Amino acid sequence: MARTTDASSANASPEGALPAILRDAALYALVAFGLCVPIVSYRTESGPGSDLVLVPRWGLVAALCAAIFVARLLQRLVLLRRDARRALTPAPDQATEAVHGEPDAGQRVSKVGLWAFLGIALTLPLVATAATGGLSSARYWIDLGILILTYVMLGWGLNIVVGLAGLLDLGYVAFYAVGAYSYALLSTTFGLSFWVCLPLAGLFAGLWGMILGFPVLRLRGDYLAIVTLAFGEIIRLVLINWGDVTGGAAGISSIPRATFFGIPFTAGEDGFAARLGIPFDSMHRVVFLYYLILVLALVTNGVTMRLRRLPIGRAWEALREDEIACRSLGIDTTATKLTAFALGAAFGGFAGSFFAVRQGFISPESFNFLESAIILAIVVLGGMGSQLGVAIAAVAMVGGPELLRNLGFLKAVFGEGFDPSEYRLLLFGLAMVTMMVWRPRGLISVRVPSVALGRRRAISGAHVSEGHG
Amino acid sequence: MDVFVQQLINGLTLGSIYGLIAIGYTMVFGIIGMVNFAHGDVFMLSCFIALIAFLILTTWLGISSVALAFLVVLVVAMLLTALWGWAIERVAYRPLRGSFRLAPLISAIGVSIFLSNFVQVVQGARNKPTPPLLSGGITLFERDGYAVFLSYKQCLIMAVTAVLLTGFWYLVQKTPFGRAQRACEQDRKMAALLGIDVDRTISLTFVLGAALAAVAGVLYLMYYGVVSFSDGFVPGVKAFTAAVLGGIGSLPGAVLGGLIIGLIETFWSAYFSIEYKDVAAFSILAITLIFMPSGILGRPEVEKV
Repeated sequence: MARTTDASSANASPEGALPAILRDAALYALVAFGLCVPIVSYRTESGPGSDLVLVPRWGLVAALCAAIFVARLLQRLVLLRRDARRALTPAPDQATEAVHGEPDAGQRVSKVGLWAFLGIALTLPLVATAATGGLSSARYWIDLGILILTYVMLGWGLNIVVGLAGLLDLGYVAFYAVGAYSYALLSTTFGLSFWVCLPLAGLFAGLWGMILGFPVLRLRGDYLAIVTLAFGEIIRLVLINWGDVTGGAAGISSIPRATFFGIPFTAGEDGFAARLGIPFDSMHRVVFLYYLILVLALVTNGVTMRLRRLPIGRAWEALREDEIACRSLGIDTTATKLTAFALGAAFGGFAGSFFAVRQGFISPESFNFLESAIILAIVVLGGMGSQLGVAIAAVAMVGGPELLRNLGFLKAVFGEGFDPSEYRLLLFGLAMVTMMVWRPRGLISVRVPSVALGRRRAISGAHVSEGHG
Repeated sequence: MDVFVQQLINGLTLGSIYGLIAIGYTMVFGIIGMVNFAHGDVFMLSCFIALIAFLILTTWLGISSVALAFLVVLVVAMLLTALWGWAIERVAYRPLRGSFRLAPLISAIGVSIFLSNFVQVVQGARNKPTPPLLSGGITLFERDGYAVFLSYKQCLIMAVTAVLLTGFWYLVQKTPFGRAQRACEQDRKMAALLGIDVDRTISLTFVLGAALAAVAGVLYLMYYGVVSFSDGFVPGVKAFTAAVLGGIGSLPGAVLGGLIIGLIETFWSAYFSIEYKDVAAFSILAITLIFMPSGILGRPEVEKV
């Protein structure tokens, strides 16, 4: 994984470098062996009584070390060839003629990808129904679509905070929780409908964003991240312990379901199906929820894209690039940060109230730190500030594990007891690290200026240096 | 008064463990300015390494001497955890040096998620109990039927912490490595110009931090007698709180902060409510960062333009 290549090996011919590469790979395997002892080589199992017994698994260790050896060998060989090729072509910054680098390619991908995504998102229920031969058999796919879109929306909401304003928020899930609990409590205690609660939930979450944001936004990058993490945990712990109001760890159940602007999705006389004169199907509600979250996500996107062109949006991006320069130019950094924080929180609140209405049940366990980390991972992997990148990352991070679950042949390879979903978070963590090492700017790292004089020229994220705010 | 003294002892024990973990945070922050989010999980990993080493020693090799078993487990855990610390720095943090400022933190969060789930996959999700290693203790005094009790475990924890901290302080203040480390902390570029191998110094910092986390892990395992894959997060955050409270970048500050956090946690549990003890720790973290970002013993940060 480490990208460090020795300068000597880059210049040497592939044949001459082979022993060195073999030695290097062997060293990697040796380190892997050291890391596996004893944490992998012995598994602790509950034996008779309460004592633990050790089960040796040296075969697994050998397999892991061999895998590391082969992977490193291949990586070095590939790097060797790439370096040899690179040595022949000048780097963009050394070139005397124009070199067509990533930016144009990135722009093309963005344009095609945008429409492709929108098309797929709009037609998913129809396509799934046609492909599986029935509305109820398409339920799995539509549910998966809802899940992915929820994360797309959360990712876009957090993107305002992290991607545009450059504030690392590790407690985003707190606002998601505020939104979910706002709807759950308002509807179960006061009987307010979803359509009244939705704006209220966003408002409450935004308000909380301001309350929490006000004292902390003076802090610099990583301190801010830790404080937001602390706030996220405090809110979760309060939700668990304040049992009288929040139902404690058991959560709130039987939350009223969404209605079609007042018309319930029931089989009765005044239900949605009866009013339209079509046969009742419980799937109507699911399809409605799908389009609801799609609209919510698109609203998030639309608002963000519009705001980026306004002075406030430009101030956010300027703040991300260099805070000191912003202050020198007279931008009120606290107010600017606060708007980004509150707006991101409000969208988190909308998503939260959608989550509550979809699940019908919420508990504090849905809002732990891992959830924040997953949303952050989506934003980071997608390329901070890129709306399309976030959507792609959400599909990959949320849809990928689902695919993993359905891969039957993995069971044939690794044995019957193999459960791929166990490895979901493991791969998640690995993906975050790999992404940071391989492309720290995310999948789509190209930056197109929101406002430009004349032709809008994209610049690769690699050329942007961020200031130390 | 009796309850107070008892809680004081418990708090100091817990605080010693936090202090040992906090040193890892504070050193890494001092030298490369990043919050090593995965440090708590390295600590959890060391608990597991210690647990397995202990089981091998007692059930397979049949060592019955407690002192010998403890020493062997301590050394093994320190060595293997140090290797993990080195490997993590090499793979996940070193390639990011010079990248944008939040990249190392995000990478560290990835490592943290990876480590806890790695342990879950290879060792299972259940709590792992250990047989008690050391039992008994001294009754300091007894009044109205309430005995203030100092167990041997607590003595050992405080003694090991004190000895290691002295050794560590010597290492940082008096040896060539310590000088190199402090030089890198002040100005990395200048240190490199003067012939200090900065990469090696940073690697060693991670190795030392992980080794101290391993000591904390062994002591934690001995004190509580149970560990699970998710036990890295909360002690990690509390130790980070300790590092911040004491003044991040300052070694005595980390220990002082650890003791304060340990005391606050035990007194809070004893006199207020045990449910909100983690809320107390997180609130202290937030309050310190907002109102006193340089901590008790830290130097205020000077922003250069």
